[in-house]
Amino acid sequence: MEREDTTAVLDGVGLVEPRSVTIAPPPDSFLLDCGESLSPVTVAYETYGRLNADRSNAVLVAHAFSGDAHAAGWHRGDRKPGWWHDMIGPGRAFDTDRFFIVCSNVLGGCRGTTGPSTVDPATGRPFGGSFPPVTIPDMVRVQACLLDHLGIDTLLSVAGGSMGGQQVLEWLVSYSGRTRSAIVCATAAKHSPQQIAFNEVGRQAILSDPNWNHGDYYGGERPAGGLSVARMVGHITYMSDTSMSEKFGRRVCPDGRSHPFGNGFEVEDYLHHKGSSFVERFDANSYLYITRAIDEYDAARGGSLAAAFEGLEARVLVMSFGSDWLYPSYQSQHVVRACKRAGVEVSYCEVPSTYGHDAFLLEVDEQTRLITHFLRTVEEEG
Amino acid sequence: MAVRKEGRSAQDIIVDWVEPGSSVLELGCGSGDLLARLASERGVRAHGIELDDASVFSCIEKGLNVLHEEVDDALRDYGSGAFDYTIFDGSLQRVVRRPHAVLREALRVSEKTIVGFSNFAHYRARAQILLRGRTPVTPSLPYAWHDTPNLHFLSIGDFVDYCESGGITIEKSWFSGAGREVRLRPNLTALSGYFLIADLQDAAARLTGGTPGGNLSS
Repeated sequence: MEREDTTAVLDGVGLVEPRSVTIAPPPDSFLLDCGESLSPVTVAYETYGRLNADRSNAVLVAHAFSGDAHAAGWHRGDRKPGWWHDMIGPGRAFDTDRFFIVCSNVLGGCRGTTGPSTVDPATGRPFGGSFPPVTIPDMVRVQACLLDHLGIDTLLSVAGGSMGGQQVLEWLVSYSGRTRSAIVCATAAKHSPQQIAFNEVGRQAILSDPNWNHGDYYGGERPAGGLSVARMVGHITYMSDTSMSEKFGRRVCPDGRSHPFGNGFEVEDYLHHKGSSFVERFDANSYLYITRAIDEYDAARGGSLAAAFEGLEARVLVMSFGSDWLYPSYQSQHVVRACKRAGVEVSYCEVPSTYGHDAFLLEVDEQTRLITHFLRTVEEEG
Repeated sequence: MAVRKEGRSAQDIIVDWVEPGSSVLELGCGSGDLLARLASERGVRAHGIELDDASVFSCIEKGLNVLHEEVDDALRDYGSGAFDYTIFDGSLQRVVRRPHAVLREALRVSEKTIVGFSNFAHYRARAQILLRGRTPVTPSLPYAWHDTPNLHFLSIGDFVDYCESGGITIEKSWFSGAGREVRLRPNLTALSGYFLIADLQDAAARLTGGTPGGNLSS
């Protein structure tokens, strides 16, 4: 056995391989909501567990804004597992002994799927600011193409939190016949002005970085400062007053005063660290494109969500988290009310938590109880 | 020697009243024990409303549809006749802030409503008020004034009057004393009452006759 791969214990699904597939290769093309097309589109994805003989046990997991296709397990040499590692694996909420889990990086992303940092075949240079605008429905259509490629017609479930939850709602609206259930965590059918406002601050931080250069920065200095500030704002919105107090208090760290005007509080150091580490793994243009898609999304297309859900046969589980002020419970309850009006089989739980919006990544035990039994019910209904 | 037949519980009565294969919404369903019985014994499509988070988890573990919300706010989004039955098993007195409005909504969203509550006019309660001048404590109302979860106190007579004055038909009723069914003068002798009711206008077409006999109100 090779043991030099990683410093971590390989629990859960263990070592996993990133995969990718090309859809819409020339002369085909993938038509976007904006009217423009892309060809080809590369989709980075991972799978865990085994697809059963009648291809009825597939669960699509949709990642949040800064996530990627690496939902569980370890890549060779990595010290950290995937973003929903504790939820996916043998005996876990998304039990890989029973289900075939699929997760892909979204269109417009920067973690292997085609996005603004991809080389434009027409010019031989990265798209940058010339990448066409993408939408949540575009992202979901790409996922549907991936499922076609994998030979999966109908999902047992589709699950996700935050932006992943928006994709789940879009599955219900646009592909209602292709999933038997849906798990919608900490999300909104459309963004509130407050949510748009925080994203706009992030975008402006990037746009005001001189290195951004209208999105054309791939040959030189990246807009690291702007992207870092954008991420700092984001992290504030992902936590809660309580979770920040518990995590940092007013403690000071020794080298914290190295920044001009820095008070050296641990919370400052934490944000700086989160900002600078984000720059290592995320592309500023993807930040702009994806946050615009999130802000613009409206599952009801300006009409009533209940009308959009009419005739839906999927069973739905909606979860919100008590201290999540970025995606407050009323937004999940809005989804629940639409399900009631449309006669959809729905369960809803506001999970008690002090973690704020991050709860959907951190409240593993509660979500595991709810999701395990919900999926078992869906499975038993056949 | 003949074996004495065990008395039926109120839950048995509710399970009996609900038609197989129907859809049920229980308001204040707790950990879902009644709904789980209805699902397994009557094959109903079971939905519950419950505010307590631990109970919500239990319901989902039982495979029920449950919504974590206030009963008072739960009904307005359902279409008329969305369910065959709505059920309040003790919750009308305990968790509903506006019983009249909520009961009307329940009658709108379901064909029939089952209401169970503790009888405030049981003879032991009457005796405690009249003879001792104390707020009554009985087997079905076992709490002192300072720790009761009940928001409303009503008698079987009150409920019958309410239905009569509001055009609500009582299709079935069942009363329990200390561990057994009581039939005679239930407002005096019953600790709890259970009613299957329907809105008179809807019910008129359905009902072929038969209202519960006896004097319920005395």
